[in-house]
Amino acid sequence: MNLIPLSHILIFSLALFGIGIYGVLTRRNIIGILISIELILNAANINLIAFSQTTSLSPETGQVFALFVIAIAAITAAVGLAIVLALYRARKTVFADEVHLLKW
Amino acid sequence: MDFLQLAVKTGIYALMAGTLVFALGVVTLKNLFHAALSLAAVLIGTAALYLAFHAEFMAAVQILLYVGAVITVIIFAVMLTEHIAERSILQHNKQSLPALLGVLALLVLIGKVLLKTPWPVNPSTLDARVSVSDLGVALMGTYVFPFEVISILLIGALIGAVVIARKGSHP
Amino acid sequence: MVTADWIYLVPLFPLMAFVANLLWGARFLKNKAAWVSIAASVAACAVALPICVKVFGGARFSNEFVWLTIGSGTLRFGYLVDPLSASLLSMVTIVGTLIQIYAAGYMAGDPRFSRFFAYVSLFMFAMLTLTIANNFILFFMAWEIMGLCSYLLIGFYFEKTSAAKAGFKAFLTTRVGDVGFLIGMLTLFVTLGTLDFSEINSLLTGTSQARLGMNTGLLAMSALCIFCGTIGKSAQFPLHVWLPDAMEGPTPVSALIHAATMVAAGVFLIARSFVIFMAVPGTMPVVTTIGCVTAFMAAFIALTQTDIKRILAYSTISQLGYMVTALGMQGLGAGTFHLITHAFFKALLFLAAGSVIHGTHVQDIRQMGGLFKKMPHTALTFIIASLALAGVPPLSGFWSKDEILLTAFASGHSLVFWTLLLTAFMTAFYMFRLVFMTFFGKARDPKVHAHESPALMTLPLWALAVGAILLGIPGSPMTHHWFQRFLAHAIHHPEYHPSTFVMTCSVVAAISGIALAGIIYLKNIHRAEAIAKTFRPLYQLSFNKFYFDEIYSRYIIRPFNAVGAIFFKFDVSIIDGAVNGAGTGSLWIGAVKNWIDQHIVDGLVNFMGTFTRLLNSIVKRLQTGFVQNYLLIAFLSFLVFIIWELKLI
Repeated sequence: MNLIPLSHILIFSLALFGIGIYGVLTRRNIIGILISIELILNAANINLIAFSQTTSLSPETGQVFALFVIAIAAITAAVGLAIVLALYRARKTVFADEVHLLKW
Repeated sequence: MDFLQLAVKTGIYALMAGTLVFALGVVTLKNLFHAALSLAAVLIGTAALYLAFHAEFMAAVQILLYVGAVITVIIFAVMLTEHIAERSILQHNKQSLPALLGVLALLVLIGKVLLKTPWPVNPSTLDARVSVSDLGVALMGTYVFPFEVISILLIGALIGAVVIARKGSHP
Repeated sequence: MVTADWIYLVPLFPLMAFVANLLWGARFLKNKAAWVSIAASVAACAVALPICVKVFGGARFSNEFVWLTIGSGTLRFGYLVDPLSASLLSMVTIVGTLIQIYAAGYMAGDPRFSRFFAYVSLFMFAMLTLTIANNFILFFMAWEIMGLCSYLLIGFYFEKTSAAKAGFKAFLTTRVGDVGFLIGMLTLFVTLGTLDFSEINSLLTGTSQARLGMNTGLLAMSALCIFCGTIGKSAQFPLHVWLPDAMEGPTPVSALIHAATMVAAGVFLIARSFVIFMAVPGTMPVVTTIGCVTAFMAAFIALTQTDIKRILAYSTISQLGYMVTALGMQGLGAGTFHLITHAFFKALLFLAAGSVIHGTHVQDIRQMGGLFKKMPHTALTFIIASLALAGVPPLSGFWSKDEILLTAFASGHSLVFWTLLLTAFMTAFYMFRLVFMTFFGKARDPKVHAHESPALMTLPLWALAVGAILLGIPGSPMTHHWFQRFLAHAIHHPEYHPSTFVMTCSVVAAISGIALAGIIYLKNIHRAEAIAKTFRPLYQLSFNKFYFDEIYSRYIIRPFNAVGAIFFKFDVSIIDGAVNGAGTGSLWIGAVKNWIDQHIVDGLVNFMGTFTRLLNSIVKRLQTGFVQNYLLIAFLSFLVFIIWELKLI
């Protein structure tokens, strides 16, 4: 993969990560936050794949860990959505700023 | 050949740009269902990028797992909470500006670092093809321990998700 | 069978009777209350008399126990039955019992019948304790209880203002003497280091070296202070004024307390502390003078009084003066002898007078007259007692009075002798003035319907009359003054041979007094008024009791009241003012403190609260409860970390 410099790929994933962060910070809906988290994880995956193709000693290492990250993303989605359902059932809301029990 | 390379190059950059546009859509769209579809688009774009890296298996996994499973689950959740999600109420909280500034700062800082860093290139791995059997050997050999840990984590998380989401587990 | 330690029972019986009458008298015993007291007295008699007989046989008992320990010293109580206390003990128990039997008749029907006997029993307890006490402290305690009983019984008819006031007067007047007694006791303790009678005796009669180093000044002072007690209790000049007023009490009380026993306790006190007076002979003339003045003055007052009991009261004062005089001339035997005989015939006189009052319901002798036929027992016993008091041989009074006169004559106190002789003459005169006006002549007041008293009252009269007749024998020359020797065997004591001259004088004085009274009051009653007019100043002086009450009222009570008023004013204006001022000041300070509390202390506390709230209202903004806020902050912090790490700053 010598068509595109590694740094450009990294900047792309950085942008994706930043967008994900922005989404996590600004989305009111908890499902929206989860989606944004998927973006972040995805950005990490891109990095892993990119590095495995260029700088790592063995090319499969990055892919193996990318697989792990995908598994963790699935876990995040499953648990997060279960929490959303439970919250929705308990408080009839899915908005993060309407759930502030940790307040003073 | 130059033209082909240029075309591929342009295609990849265009893919990246499109992916980023969809990513922006993911975080900015008011309709959560649309946002979820945008996420699917982003994931597909990423999968295409993987193909460009000669990681075909990863691309397949990306499509199957993410687009097939995760997005389905997310859309399912969106549907469940639809009547709230569908309301045309504010979908973003009040900290958009500080978040935006922070993210921009992050991009600038890390981007500068990325561009400055001289990335070492391992010629042996460059353009190396990783077969599915290589991945299988790596998973079951060198990385069997993390693999098992992830397996247990997945099992525990799924059981936990079921317990949390189960009706009647909450007052 | 009866051992000496049984003597503890003697005061205990009346005490039990007192408690019984006090607790159950009004509700259960009622009319039987008298029998409880009488039974107690009889029991005391039954225990005391055998012991006294042993003492008369020459024995001498004493015992003591430690009552309490103060520091290194111990306070020991116990009894001492020596000749002196034995003679008094037998007298008190016998006379007391007879008077109580009489009182059962006299007081019958009184609404506070049981209370009367409770008081009398308490008095008997105190008197018996005093008699057998072996030290001054116990003696003093009993002495004070007697004072209390005296007060209670004088004011027994407290509905009558005069009775209540008389009780008050008696209590306060004797108190003056009691304070002196107390001071004397303490002085004595400082001087000798002991208050035990026996120890004092052995200290002062011995010729040891210790006696030489003694502070005679202090000893004299203590002797005189103790004599103050006698002056108060035995109604000596100048504290005699309470005794005539004490006649407001029931007559048996007058007989028991104010004739036979309590007033005799003062004389007994001198006899008890005789060695102290002997040790400082300088005090003796004081005693003699006081006694002599009292004897003469009281007799002189008695000449003109008209109240039957008051006459007897002044007579008592006079006779007590006799005893004190005798003791002052070292005539311990003579004085004590007169004390015993006097107790009998004076108790008899009072009881007979009570019988007269009981029968006629009047006390003024001018309203009486011709009672002899109507109440023969009373009259006869009264005359016997009067003869005894006047000193007609061979009745007891003659022998004892003769002893005193003999002592005065033989010890060279000629002025005292003649004064006493004159007093004896006056005594015979006023007693028979009383007898003639009461029992002879014609009934002056038609409203008075006399009747003889019941046997319960007349029997004790006859019993006492027997005593009044016969008791002179033990001290008479016929028995070689057995009684005096018996009493004084331990003390150096001058003995005098019986003098025919003194006896003749005494008899002449008595007979002439009786005769004079007979001439004036039996033959021609109007002559008395003529005589009174002739000697008007003297008559006035006597009739008004030497103006003692008026003098006291004017020069003691009124100044005291004035001083009291000043103190009261001081109290009201300054002390109360100070107190009120302090109160107001406290209020002011309180108000200031309240203000400080509310505005400064509370303000400080509130400020702390408010300040914390203020800080909190700033800081709590961080704790929004919004997960994304926290996340943003974490992210921005992470940025700062990166900036730091990249050394961009």
